[in-house]
Amino acid sequence: MKFAVIRFPGSNCDQDCVLALNNLPGASADFVWHKDTSLADFDAVVVPGGFSYGDYLRCGAIARFSPIMQTVKTFAASGGTVLGICNGFQILCESGLLPGALVRNKGLHFVCKHQHLRVESTGSRFTRTATKGQVLNIPIAHGEGCYFADDATLAALNANDQILVRYCDAAAQTSDAANPNGSRENIAGICNETRNVFGLMPHPERACDPALGSTDGLVIFDSLLKC
Amino acid sequence: MKVLVTVLPKPSVLDPQGAAAAEAIRHLGLTGVGRVRIGKVIELELPDATPDSEIHRIAKDLLSNPVIEDYSISKS
Repeated sequence: MKFAVIRFPGSNCDQDCVLALNNLPGASADFVWHKDTSLADFDAVVVPGGFSYGDYLRCGAIARFSPIMQTVKTFAASGGTVLGICNGFQILCESGLLPGALVRNKGLHFVCKHQHLRVESTGSRFTRTATKGQVLNIPIAHGEGCYFADDATLAALNANDQILVRYCDAAAQTSDAANPNGSRENIAGICNETRNVFGLMPHPERACDPALGSTDGLVIFDSLLKC
Repeated sequence: MKVLVTVLPKPSVLDPQGAAAAEAIRHLGLTGVGRVRIGKVIELELPDATPDSEIHRIAKDLLSNPVIEDYSISKS
């Protein structure tokens, strides 16, 4: 499976993603520049973390208009796999590929730490090798990761089983204390209705090597490779 | 003409910056302060003949995110 890792001016997790993916048997990854317009050689797209276009105006607001994102939209509309991590999640929301938006953390601070997540649904190509209720330990690093959607959107996300991961504590409890940024319903990551686009604030690519303290991020990439 | 676009978070969206500023105002001794919202103001220079629909398109599609923000427009 060949992954395109989109590189915007200001992306800073693009190399981590390519490194993590190239270490996986059956996967290869390459950079795709934001001014490119073709994804013809690729099976899946990763929109990585960072500060695309300096996060001017709003996180992801300018990246949405880049040439490659028009191609990513077409790719997603035809059922292609798109994974947005951190700033990538913000870009997918701004692009309308995922519902809702990410706003300033409730505590105002940039939060950078390991965080427990609970797998809420295994009914997606991103979580199929996980078990429901499984607790993952994956780093977060963001200032604008507070997920917001209106009540109607939240109800639809729940009804359609689109919430794939929630913030929790080590005992899998999704309490306010385990919510690092004030996200509604402790939401850490959601997929679209057709379940081929997934965005999450945590960084699975930073949890793929024992040297980094956790390999729990592998479950997401392994799930994709077992498509 | 100059156009000012004011963007503010929707009332339903958490605005921790506004809450922090409200608390700071109380520390100034002004206990009567209510809700404080922090947004942004964007000044645009546009041809005088620019139709309102174009200005709204800029404000709605780029300068604000309708999921979390409202905007208003004033011309001078």
